Amino acid sequence: MSETEKKIPDWLRSLRRSRLALAGCILLAVIVLVAIAAPLLAPYNPEGVDIRNRLTPPAWLDGGTSAYLLGTDNVGRDITSRIIYGARISLLVGLATVFLGGVFGTMLGVVAGYFRGRLETAIMRLVDIQLAFPSILLAVAIMAILGPSVRNVILVLSLATWASFCRVARGQTLAVCNQEYVTAAHALGAGHALVIFKYVIPNILSPLIVIASFALATNIINEASLSFLGVGVPPTTPTWGGMLGEGRNYLRLAWWVSTLPGLTLMLTVYSVNVFGDWLRDYLDPRLVD
Amino acid sequence: MLTYIAKRLLQAVFILWAVASISFGLTFLAGDPATLMIGDNWTAEQVANFREYMGFDRPVLVQYGEFLQRIAQGDFGVSVRQQIPVTRLILERLPATLELTVAALLIIVGVAIPVGVLSAIRRNSLSDRLAMGGALLAQSVPTFWLGIMLILVVGVFLQALPISGRGTFFHLILPAITLATFSTARIARLVRSSMLDVLGNDYIRTARAKGLSARKVNYGHALRNALIPVITLLGIEVGSLLGGAIITETVFAYPGIGRLTIQAIAARDIPLVQGVITFGAMIFVLVNLLVDLSYSVLDPRIRHE
Repeated sequence: MSETEKKIPDWLRSLRRSRLALAGCILLAVIVLVAIAAPLLAPYNPEGVDIRNRLTPPAWLDGGTSAYLLGTDNVGRDITSRIIYGARISLLVGLATVFLGGVFGTMLGVVAGYFRGRLETAIMRLVDIQLAFPSILLAVAIMAILGPSVRNVILVLSLATWASFCRVARGQTLAVCNQEYVTAAHALGAGHALVIFKYVIPNILSPLIVIASFALATNIINEASLSFLGVGVPPTTPTWGGMLGEGRNYLRLAWWVSTLPGLTLMLTVYSVNVFGDWLRDYLDPRLVD
Repeated sequence: MLTYIAKRLLQAVFILWAVASISFGLTFLAGDPATLMIGDNWTAEQVANFREYMGFDRPVLVQYGEFLQRIAQGDFGVSVRQQIPVTRLILERLPATLELTVAALLIIVGVAIPVGVLSAIRRNSLSDRLAMGGALLAQSVPTFWLGIMLILVVGVFLQALPISGRGTFFHLILPAITLATFSTARIARLVRSSMLDVLGNDYIRTARAKGLSARKVNYGHALRNALIPVITLLGIEVGSLLGGAIITETVFAYPGIGRLTIQAIAARDIPLVQGVITFGAMIFVLVNLLVDLSYSVLDPRIRHE
């Protein structure tokens, strides 16, 4: 092994070995960059209506023009620009919900597993109740009452996310608390907060990170589903799900309006899933499902 | 065993109570339920009349008590828009959704179990890799987009199958495939890993050492044990199927409970929304109760837990 080879971190070497995961990773990075640089990249205002140029086909089809690379929708908005801006909502909602739901669920799970007793019972009952609702069903109902907005979507999907984190965090905490180093820390007089933050949380992170990656994929799809159903992000904001929902009514006339944002959505979610799969194999080879 | 059943029953009743309470609470999430339901262009007097008619002017605790009492009797109130009892509306649409869900479950079981088992037996073969790669891709396809693509390709371009409504067996094919795809992929992956777990056990090695044929070991010993956790997962999958039904039924204009939900939401018909949510969660809780109970019959090891 040469000197330079040694400097490459372990995870990077593992990632390079799995070509699919690497491809997913690169694609994800591209999508993140596109979302950040949306105002620089988008050729048109994503909300700019232009009725004269409605339902223009993509450039490579008959009647298409290079002015609208991926064509336009039913009110003449540029699909390329809308897909670029749509990446922002998908990523924002996906990351925010995983962060909020993940942190909240993990904290409750750790508290339940660490302190045990009645608190644990109460928290786990809450988890049972949360998991008793089919998440999309509850999300749709709450959104219908709260009204469409990005904030509400984040709130509702975080609510659908926390319970699975809580469950796993509790199980892992129970296992960690039986380890000798935790007993030793207690014996040396370490307080609860110290033990939790220094010994418990760092040792339960691996499975939680894996869950987070799959929750990201799920929540990106769920945001799109809510927007598709018309109860997610307000229709004026470009989202992949919303574009699909609008394009659905013009399927016979203009298949591209629904197809292209859906394809983008699928590729994004696939990248996240492929990456998550690799992450699981890398962090915890025991979890082979 | 009996204490276990009693404990699980009690737990299910508790969860059903919590579920009902949450759907009751939903009405008050946005403040005044009367304004939520009828919108802004009514006069103050009309709103007041409506509030009185719906009983929203009474103390919340009284309304809550009455709500629980009604739900316990299977009465979800009356749809504000249609003036028809919610229970009747749900029961009218139930056969359609049941048909769709059962068709999807048949696809899931019929595809996911053979694929998962074969993948596990031929671990790391080309067919295993293709199947699992395909499963990961299928898990990444949003349900509503898959439905739209099927409509586009099979319905519009090929004109091979009907793309909306309900009636014949052919009407069921595309919605059932749409609803089943995600779960099929997930279950196939889980069957594979469950099978691999079991194949690594000592009793499998013993069975092989005894000289049993690979066939007997795989299907007689391993499969039976590998399927036990899969049954629980199928129970949990019913939850995503209920959610998926909302989307699938909307895409295919399929007259089931999912479409009823979206119509109720569009019309701000709160009693109907409440009814559908509670009903959906109840079905889910009951299915999982049945799964848990059957579990202890199927797996003697946990019977006395």
